[in-house]
Amino acid sequence: MSTMDIVQILLYVVILTFLAVPLGRYMARVFSGEKTWTDPLFRPLERLIYRLTGTDEQTETGWKQYAGALLIFNFCGFIVLFFLQLLQKYLPLNPQGFGAVSPDLAFNTAASFVTNTNWQAYAGESTMSYLVQMAGLTVQNFVSAATGIVVVVALTRGLARKSASTIGNFWVDLTRSILWVLLPLSIIGALVLTQQGVIQNFSTYLHLTTLDGGKQTLAMGPVASQEAIKMFGTNGGGFFNANSTHPFENPTPITNFLEMLFILLIPAALPFTFGRMVGNPKQGRVIFVTMLILFLIFVGAAYSSEIYGNPNVTALGISGPSAMEGKEVRFGIANSALFATITTAASCGAVNAMHDSLTPLGGMIPMLQMMLGEVVFGGVGAGLYGMLIFVILTVFIVGLMVGRTPEYLGKKIESWEIKMATIAILVPAVTILIGSALASVTKAGTSSILNSGPHGLSEILYAFTSAGANNGSAFAGLNANTPFYNIALGIAILLGRFGIILPVLAIAGGMVKKKAVPEGPGTFQTTGILFGALLAGIVIIVSALTFFPALALGPIVEHLIMIGK
Amino acid sequence: MQENVSHEGKKNPSGSINSAMIVEAIKDAFKKLNPSIMWRNPVMFVVEIVAVLSTYFVLRDLLTHAKTLGFNTQIAIWLWITVIFANFSEAIAEGRGKAQASALRKTRSETLAKKLDGEKIVNVPAPDLRKDDVVLVEAGDVIPGDGEVIEGIASVDESAVTGESAPVIRESGGDRSSVTGGTKVLSDWIKVKITANPGETFLDRMIHLVEGAKRQKTPNEIALTILLLGLTIIFLLAVATLEPYAIYSGTIVAVPVLAALLVCLIPTTIGGLLSAIGIAGMDRLLKRNVLAMSGRAVEAAGDVNVLLLDKTGTITLGNRMATEFIPAPGVPAEKLADAAQISSLADETPEGRSIVILAKEKYNLRERDINNLGATFIPFSAQTRMSGVNLEGREIRKGATDAIEKYVREQGGIMHPDVITAVEDIAKKGGTPLVVAEGAQALGVIHLKDVVKGGIRERFAQLRKMGIKTVMITGDNPLTAAAIAAEAGVDDFLAEATPEAKLKLIRDYQNKGHLVAMTGDGTNDAPALAQADVGVAMNSGTQAAKEAGNMVDLDSNPTKLIEVVEIGKQLLMTRGSLTTFSIANDVAKYFAIIPALFFATYPQLKILNIMHLATPQSAILSAVIFNALIIVALVPLALRGVKYEPLGANIILRKNLLFYGLGGLIVPFIGIKIIDLIISALGWA
Repeated sequence: MSTMDIVQILLYVVILTFLAVPLGRYMARVFSGEKTWTDPLFRPLERLIYRLTGTDEQTETGWKQYAGALLIFNFCGFIVLFFLQLLQKYLPLNPQGFGAVSPDLAFNTAASFVTNTNWQAYAGESTMSYLVQMAGLTVQNFVSAATGIVVVVALTRGLARKSASTIGNFWVDLTRSILWVLLPLSIIGALVLTQQGVIQNFSTYLHLTTLDGGKQTLAMGPVASQEAIKMFGTNGGGFFNANSTHPFENPTPITNFLEMLFILLIPAALPFTFGRMVGNPKQGRVIFVTMLILFLIFVGAAYSSEIYGNPNVTALGISGPSAMEGKEVRFGIANSALFATITTAASCGAVNAMHDSLTPLGGMIPMLQMMLGEVVFGGVGAGLYGMLIFVILTVFIVGLMVGRTPEYLGKKIESWEIKMATIAILVPAVTILIGSALASVTKAGTSSILNSGPHGLSEILYAFTSAGANNGSAFAGLNANTPFYNIALGIAILLGRFGIILPVLAIAGGMVKKKAVPEGPGTFQTTGILFGALLAGIVIIVSALTFFPALALGPIVEHLIMIGK
Repeated sequence: MQENVSHEGKKNPSGSINSAMIVEAIKDAFKKLNPSIMWRNPVMFVVEIVAVLSTYFVLRDLLTHAKTLGFNTQIAIWLWITVIFANFSEAIAEGRGKAQASALRKTRSETLAKKLDGEKIVNVPAPDLRKDDVVLVEAGDVIPGDGEVIEGIASVDESAVTGESAPVIRESGGDRSSVTGGTKVLSDWIKVKITANPGETFLDRMIHLVEGAKRQKTPNEIALTILLLGLTIIFLLAVATLEPYAIYSGTIVAVPVLAALLVCLIPTTIGGLLSAIGIAGMDRLLKRNVLAMSGRAVEAAGDVNVLLLDKTGTITLGNRMATEFIPAPGVPAEKLADAAQISSLADETPEGRSIVILAKEKYNLRERDINNLGATFIPFSAQTRMSGVNLEGREIRKGATDAIEKYVREQGGIMHPDVITAVEDIAKKGGTPLVVAEGAQALGVIHLKDVVKGGIRERFAQLRKMGIKTVMITGDNPLTAAAIAAEAGVDDFLAEATPEAKLKLIRDYQNKGHLVAMTGDGTNDAPALAQADVGVAMNSGTQAAKEAGNMVDLDSNPTKLIEVVEIGKQLLMTRGSLTTFSIANDVAKYFAIIPALFFATYPQLKILNIMHLATPQSAILSAVIFNALIIVALVPLALRGVKYEPLGANIILRKNLLFYGLGGLIVPFIGIKIIDLIISALGWA
């Protein structure tokens, strides 16, 4: 364990926190309709958009209309993306002349990008035209991230407002989250990345002769612009199949560090936004700290497992770190473990190492984080609203012990909220467990597996976990571009997204109507260390235990076999 | 405060659990296996289905002479025991109520009512009476139904309903006009207008309530049931999908084993005890002679954060007492005390008696017989607003300041300015000044004071720590009210309270998000009782008040409101603690069962067997047995409720968390290990 590694991990956490606080404050102002210093820049543009689309920005709606608008918007995005892929042959910006994408893959990809999952069952550089990448995928990279943000903003309003009926205007929230947050961050990010050497062009692919005389095709494209939003929006869908291991996507240690920072920046800032919007910054802080501590535990576990490496490799007499297979030598163990933890903590799924090649326990950490529902920072918006579901459950289970009907932010948690929260925690269990179970006993499922034994089960489990949690990272090893996986994972992706968003908005709708009981000495405190510990405990017990049997049969047993117990 | 503690136990025949009740509860536990009853408790319903399933495998093993017969039989038996234990917990909780209900039913014996048909008296059976019928009830008769006295006055023995043997007066008009069916007129007669049809009377409702026949799940109970159901489904998925993973891994897990795992993981502990906790909460109220009209009210009581308390009877002893004699300049204190005593000897009001007592205590003046002194007593009248005596030429008067001042002036004297100052001082302190004069001389002032009950101040401090605000309601003027409020340590007060002001106060608090509890007895209290989240009507109060409130205090003791709140809190705490305990239990059960399940395929997993359980079979069996036994072990706790202390939320949380949360993590590790040792020693598995 090198000191440098630890210093780097700590440096990452410090810089992340340092940037998240002001960004969180800024977003709170944006979504409360307060003035921000960027208004002169974006306000005219926003007005223009509303005038063109006929949106009345003063009208707010209840949760049902809000959810309706969200569903319609996402459905349209899905249809457009689906047909763009099918028809790319006839459309411009296709210098490589790629043919139509198969319908099952198009379904899978459309579902994947609309839901901020960015699971890629294909290799981008050999399947998708520039038009699909830009007008289809990149657009979804923005709006799917924006969708996550608006849901958590709506939920926050539902918790903050008292005896009200509306939770906001979906179109306004969507516009503002893109104009004020995602777009500026991506532009700045893309410029920095380009400066560091990430490519940005529309060239046809280069055909080169390598030093030893071999032929190589070098894929080109507008990478930097997609790279920034891929990270900021926790999308993770790489321009290239190799994702952030590719030198054109991630050329230097600095870009590696920046990309890791970009992934968690918005998710880490949102708890602060939440705290400010509910009028008590402490409420946001406790969520941030809980996420941070869980994150550090997971990073530590993944890092230790990777450093410990594979005793079988060491036994072969290979010196140095024993678990380097499948990792970029440019980044090494610490950065790979950190990146893997970050990308699965958030619902990003960008990778700078092949997760299939992580040590069994090192590979279990990403899986576990996704199984928790990606609430350790999590996806843009999705992480916080997922965590707030756990907050509600924690308050309900533990809060009763103080002798009052459980209340969060002064509002009583009643059967409607519990019903919805229960659905939200049921969804990952349904998608991950049933999907993996189906795949592990059907020919269609097992024929795609690269490795046999427990590692093969891990591959299946990882795929459904990544889909159900809307992460999109791949364990690799599994050939997922088959009709079975394209459709099964596509369904898991859609369920994993909207099966949680709808209950979350329903909770917002239930809570917004309630009166708030003023806080007093009899109130169960939802700030402070004790609450943070309880929250982490409930996350682990309720979520992790569900998947414990499956994990025991996959990575845990694989680890035990590896170490020769 | 203390006085009502003594009521406990003497009233209701439902005090403790006896062996007959246990036998009855065991019978009921089996009756409740009926699926049409069982499904009301989804968690235990799942256990029942699983038990049926494993019984099927036992039968199959019997027919095929399989080797697994012994093990599968034990699993099936313990699964059935789990269900029966859960049913037993509910049955035993219901048992106490049933015992009381049957006692109540006896009082609802068939009585003949003397129905008035014009001037004629017709004898009709009580169940034939309808609303608005008028009946005559004479000494020795049982009142045939709930009603309102429209004529007459009588003393009534209400012990059948309240358990209180001292008779009460019931008369037409005013707040003492309501009578309850089943109670007995001891003297005189009354004409009663019946206000409830048979089946809807107070006694009927009471029987229903204590029997739990109409028991509906409370809002929090419903929410918790949903969560438990959700957890059950999640674990059902986790267990059901284990089979495909096992098949993938090249093994098959026997269904009874999966059944065992499922039952261990789903929250059976809280699922089994949930309903018993709710019933026991209402029962604890009943033991204190408070009838809650619904479980919802009990739950709301736990949430209350504002208590509206009537000053008289709750905060103060109810009567003003003399606490000090303040003589006028130049008058010896003994002289004032003497005059005060003589003038009060014939005064039978509590104030009058307290003056005599004070004179005796402070100046050692013995009580004298007013008749032997040959004195004439001048009673208090509304015109003169004073009372006194004429004795051997002495004329002693005591009364309100302005009345005495007028009297002194008429006698040709003048009141010393110091007396006026003393009067003002007393008023400022919230007391009532009573001026004593003899002839033309004002002798001084008696300080009459509302005496705050002992211990009440500490009680309010406790409530404040729990986050409950106390508001004193009084008809006194603001000055007096403020003084008493300060002395009693309430947070706020409403002076010169009218029913409208009370109602407005409740609404104001509710609009700020508070939940309000109050007591009341008069008809004019009804709107406020209905508006309050918890309205406790006094049994001595009017029918309207009882209808409006959601609880009735049979003892008519307003102080009990505080206990009601405590019981509500205790109920919620018990529910939360056992839920936490139940969920925390799962950790240990996983570590017992998972390594056992896959022992054959992946012996490496034995590293997870941190309890070092003897064999896979004994591990599974131990977990199932622990899971069943913990239910019955916690029944006493569910019935009694967790220990309640009036502390702030944070301290309570820490205590309960340490005990039930941490305990829930650790206890099963120890319990399962011990059971494993026993069953391997016995050679069961």
